[in-house]
Amino acid sequence: MPVFEAVRLALQVIWNQKMKSAFSVVGVFIGVTFLIAVVTIVEGMNNYMEDTFAGALLGVNTFGVRYRPSVNVGDTPREVWRSWRRRPRITFEDAEAVAAGLSVPVITAVESESNASVDYEGTTANNVRIIGASDSYFALKGWNIQEGRPFTEQEASFGTPVAVIGSELAEVLFGNSDPLGRTVRIRNFPYRVVGVVEKQGNVFGFSLDNFAVAPALSPVKRFVNPPRIVDALLVKAETDLLMRAAMAEAEAIMRRRRQLRPATDNNFELETSDGVLDFWSKISGVLLAAIPGLVSISLVVGGIVIMNIMLMSVSERTREIGIRKSLGARQRDIMRQFLVESATLSTVGAGLGIATGLGMAKLVAELSFLPASVAGWSIGAAVVLGMGVGITAGILPARKASRLDPVEAISQE
Amino acid sequence: MSAPVIKVRDLRREYAMGAETIRALRGVDLDIMVNEYVAIMGPSGSGKSTLMNTIGCLDTPTSGEYWLNSQEVSTLGDDELARVRNREIGFVFQTFNLLPRATALHNVELPLIYSGEKKSERKRRAEEALELVGLGDRMDHRPNELSGGQRQRVAVARALINKPSIILADEPTGNLDSRTSEDIIGLFAELHDKGQTIIVVTHEPDIAAHAHREITLKDGTVFSDSLRQAA
Ligand SMILES: Nc1ncnc2c1ncn2[C@@H]1O[C@H](COP(=O)(O)OP(=O)(O)OP(=O)(O)O)[C@@H](O)[C@H]1O
Ligand SMILES: [Mg+2]
Repeated sequence: MPVFEAVRLALQVIWNQKMKSAFSVVGVFIGVTFLIAVVTIVEGMNNYMEDTFAGALLGVNTFGVRYRPSVNVGDTPREVWRSWRRRPRITFEDAEAVAAGLSVPVITAVESESNASVDYEGTTANNVRIIGASDSYFALKGWNIQEGRPFTEQEASFGTPVAVIGSELAEVLFGNSDPLGRTVRIRNFPYRVVGVVEKQGNVFGFSLDNFAVAPALSPVKRFVNPPRIVDALLVKAETDLLMRAAMAEAEAIMRRRRQLRPATDNNFELETSDGVLDFWSKISGVLLAAIPGLVSISLVVGGIVIMNIMLMSVSERTREIGIRKSLGARQRDIMRQFLVESATLSTVGAGLGIATGLGMAKLVAELSFLPASVAGWSIGAAVVLGMGVGITAGILPARKASRLDPVEAISQE
Repeated sequence: MSAPVIKVRDLRREYAMGAETIRALRGVDLDIMVNEYVAIMGPSGSGKSTLMNTIGCLDTPTSGEYWLNSQEVSTLGDDELARVRNREIGFVFQTFNLLPRATALHNVELPLIYSGEKKSERKRRAEEALELVGLGDRMDHRPNELSGGQRQRVAVARALINKPSIILADEPTGNLDSRTSEDIIGLFAELHDKGQTIIVVTHEPDIAAHAHREITLKDGTVFSDSLRQAA
């Protein structure tokens, strides 16, 4: 009998005994549901951290020359904090020297930011990120300008009061009307809106679209940083390798400028998304490490339940087995019938677990800021585990069935 | 004359029941030729079923020799015995022994599944066999949707499906009323006319009267063995 037909017959038996089947796959079902739900959330977080979080906040293949890290993960001891505070800030001159000194092809831009409110004709948007930056900033960030244009090199060097704003800020201030050419006030200074950046969404519930970028030399310089100081020089390369090369050069340039002796540590920071991703991979490592334990417990319990139910089923169907043997079924035919049955049963349980796990992950993603993303391997693993548990749990019952004495079996009530 | 379909010599079957040994068969000798129609009678406990199960390769004798179509059965392994049950033997039981959840058609198909027939071929032959026993219109019925006589006819169709060397029927009418019994026995007579070799165990002289040879067992041995003049 071909396998698919055996499976079809097994499904029939399973369907005929819905209650018993449902009960017997509970363990496998729970194990697989858990596996899929956790992996889907962790995978979602992985993608999120790599693409959205690290990508949007820190940039792909991008590093920043800063006086201290902007993103802190884990514990930072007090003395480290104290030493960070004593460091000299990054100046426009530092930024220019590094940008000019890099031989690796890169895009560079300075960045300084602070929060402030933005007004337009009586409407006020609070807590907006106000960024003072170079004209190359938009290209470096990879932002698409949805309306208008970025500010020009000229506007940047003159410090013209123009602004490119995020889509959320545009929405808050202008609603449906066209923001281009309007004048907004930031700290009581007027800026003409020249562009709107395409919507970027949010990170853990924080909007990425509530900002205004103005030339670093425009009047924003008065409040985003002390005079001549920038938060960072951002450097973006084409590839990770080029970025590492540029980092080495930038480090050398900065050390030379600050006349640091070879034995002295850097008194500045070259920040990439590595730190954040390392931290996340530690957390996800812990989460993923918990999976095998919990999943295998429920699968072992599930396997034992299936085995016992199959043993029960063998005793209940002793007569059927006797009949089949009297008609010419070999031991291996009976063995196969019960193995296919328990494997099918448990695979069906795993299938339901996959569906439920995905459903749960999607629900969590809907109701919280946690992202969800399906990992193909987890579904493959769930199916293989389900089938494996079924086959393993079925061996003993199937063996018992196949070895029944036909005369005794057939004369059961 | 050709070799016997069944040849049994000094066949013994003993059951160990604690300290006691029950001798169900105590040395049976038997030859059954092609197209014989044999009735086996005898009191309850005389070993009729034990003999049938042994001939049907469901049970293994304690000692003795048994040739089926000149093949010594005691030399066969498990898989070969299964093959013999599948191809050479058609069993009909008192209690029908149909799979309760399966349709008549599927029940009749079962032996073909184990002989590895293709699905289409299985279906065709099972339908043919059901037509033959007059159940062409009941193929999709489950056993509980059939009368006792119809169930037994399904069982006969199943026994016939692989064109066995011999049909073994152990009290096939034991659970049927006298009219349906006649039907089944009529069916056997038809099969016999077509050349089928048949052994029927029965308690009823009416049923036995249809056979051409009557063997009586007593205490696990052949008590009498007589040919009957065809009526
Ligand atoms: N599995 C068994 N274990 C022990 N003794 C058995 C077993 N099967 C049969 N016997 C005994 O063997 C003897 C023959 O039994 P068998 O079933 O062959 O008789 P029978 O002629 O078919 O009787 P009946 O007409 O009642 O069906 C009986 O004494 C019975 O008790
Ligand atoms: Mg009997």
